Amino acid sequence: MSVAAPARPAGPGGAPRPPVRRGRAVRIGPVSALLRWRQLAVPAAGFAALVLVAALSMGRGDFPIGVGEVLRTLAGLGEGPQEFIVLELRAPRVVVGALVGLALGVSGALFQTFARNPLASPDTLGITTGASVGAVAAIVLSGSTSAGALLGGLGIPLAALLGALATGALLFGLTWRAGVDGYRLVLVGIALWSVGTALTDWLLTNAEIYDAASAYVWITGSLNARTWSDALPLTVAVVVLLPLALAASRVLTLLQFGDDTARGLGVRLAGAQTAVVLLAVGLVAFAVSAAGPITFVALVVPQIAVRLAGGARPPLLASGVLGALLVVGADLVTRTLLPQALPVGILTAAIGAPYLLWLLVRGRRRSTV
Amino acid sequence: MATTVDVPARGAARSPVRARRLGTLALLLVLVAAAALASIAVGTRSIGVGDVWAALVDSSLGTEEAVIVRQLRVPRTVLGLMVGAALGLAGALMQGHTRNPLGDPGLLGVTAGASLAVVLAISALGITTPSGYVWFAFAGALTGTVLVYAIGSAGPGGATPVTLALAGAALSALLYALVRAILVSDQQTLDSFRFWVVGSLAGRDAGIAWQVAPFLAVGVLLALLNAPALNLLGLGEDVARGLGQRIWLARAVGLAAVTLLCGAATAACGPIAFVGLVVPHAVRALTGPDHRWLLPCSALAGAALLLVADVVGRVVARPGELQVGIVLALIGAPFFIALVRRRRTAGL
Repeated sequence: MSVAAPARPAGPGGAPRPPVRRGRAVRIGPVSALLRWRQLAVPAAGFAALVLVAALSMGRGDFPIGVGEVLRTLAGLGEGPQEFIVLELRAPRVVVGALVGLALGVSGALFQTFARNPLASPDTLGITTGASVGAVAAIVLSGSTSAGALLGGLGIPLAALLGALATGALLFGLTWRAGVDGYRLVLVGIALWSVGTALTDWLLTNAEIYDAASAYVWITGSLNARTWSDALPLTVAVVVLLPLALAASRVLTLLQFGDDTARGLGVRLAGAQTAVVLLAVGLVAFAVSAAGPITFVALVVPQIAVRLAGGARPPLLASGVLGALLVVGADLVTRTLLPQALPVGILTAAIGAPYLLWLLVRGRRRSTV
Repeated sequence: MATTVDVPARGAARSPVRARRLGTLALLLVLVAAAALASIAVGTRSIGVGDVWAALVDSSLGTEEAVIVRQLRVPRTVLGLMVGAALGLAGALMQGHTRNPLGDPGLLGVTAGASLAVVLAISALGITTPSGYVWFAFAGALTGTVLVYAIGSAGPGGATPVTLALAGAALSALLYALVRAILVSDQQTLDSFRFWVVGSLAGRDAGIAWQVAPFLAVGVLLALLNAPALNLLGLGEDVARGLGQRIWLARAVGLAAVTLLCGAATAACGPIAFVGLVVPHAVRALTGPDHRWLLPCSALAGAALLLVADVVGRVVARPGELQVGIVLALIGAPFFIALVRRRRTAGL
């Protein structure tokens, strides 16, 4: 959704604002790029904060370990029980959390840029809902029907992954008509979301209340009891898909201008659109499979990132880093500050949403993608 | 995004469009009437059309069939008509104001506010009947919307489509986080809540329709009054202002209408997202983006759709029934996707 903003919005008193510095061009041989320090500083600061919060998180628990000690252990200088606690018990949870946040943030930024709509995200387009259908079916039906037992035998992560990928394939296949139009993508996504929500609700109303309760915790998104084997598929997915997504950044900038302009600027439209949608679906499918649909990270974080880093669209790297920071930070809060450990999916919304609201109230941006 | 603007050209160019709109309106009226009849005649117990008619015209008839028709099916049909129309109307308004195809009435914090209020009513006060939820849901819906509007318009740019949509999404996220925080630790509340959140016309007594009717009436009035202003707002705020439109007033009227319509509907039946989200897109493909036609047609289409889905839900799972919210999505979504793929849907 593009909303016409005046070329230079007037300041509060009606006086023209000072011109914004747009960054400086850097040229190395034939390659040139526009360097905007905020777009580098925000991911860098976010990454530093992420390392600190992650180390803090790995130190907290029944057996407290100092931040310095944690960092030394991670560097391979730890010993005995501390090494076991940090590397085997606590690190997987934090790593899964960080990767999930990263994947969700980048995926949300991809969807929002592609659909030119700040509300587009894997949550609203039905992909995480599809994962929920898979997982809830595996939890609820495993005792009752033979098909359910088959699903249950797959295990919840695999059922969720299949649900997300199937929904992503449907979304792509039903949207495709000699190209993926952003507007059509959104409309088809709405329909898939409502089907997924209806199926999940139906499964929940028909389930035994114990199954319904455990399914509900899964739907909320949780990092409890994650091990290295949960982290492995997600790590592979992120290592493969993230560089591809960053490489697509330039094409995304061009897609922003609208299909016709992008084509005029030399983008192969169908291929570029396909690549962007597949990357976004792939990232979110593996993330949801590892930790459940940690809600609203993909919706809220790109909007926070674009307000912090500036620019015309949600920046990919900053969205990813801030997503990771949000999930790991929320996990730390649930485990240490709250009297009762809640699933991390509750805290990501409870921390991320007020921050976005504050940015909206305070912010000077009149409109954004 | 290219916004198609319907120029009200006088004379010859106008008539085909007008004929098509009138045709759409007539078709929808017939559909609503047929759906209402089906909703009265069809159910777990099959009652012949003759018996239905006899029960409707002769209010002293005391047979079992007549009692079923008068005390169960007619109130349920009336409620379905009211709620479906309200949701369709609210959806069209919401998409017009946010100029976002993802704008559903729930976006404004209505559903999230109502959900939180209902969860609190169940867990803190032990209320577990649909008629007990009504006022809590309504109060929650009102509070949610007022908060969203206050936050969305507090920024320096005032209430723009983007800030409204984002404020709604963010506040809903926050409220749902509270809902989930209660539900994951309270199995008993989840047990009641999971049946409310699906959205259903079943088990609502006739009193509920009367309770929400005044709010719906005011909402419909405000919504229809808002139509010309919405057409101008569709040209962009600057143009609308230039044409003499008071932006804040138009927005306030529109959002008040959405709040009343959607809040009352959610209070009566629980959250039903599909109607408000999808009906306006389907109707827009037929009437074009003129809100003077889009709004009434969306109301009729919403009413017909909700009733048809309710009837189907009663038939497919005899002797039990499938909740209307589930049926709507399962049968409505494939049609909607087919429509999106076949036609060029009119932009917002």
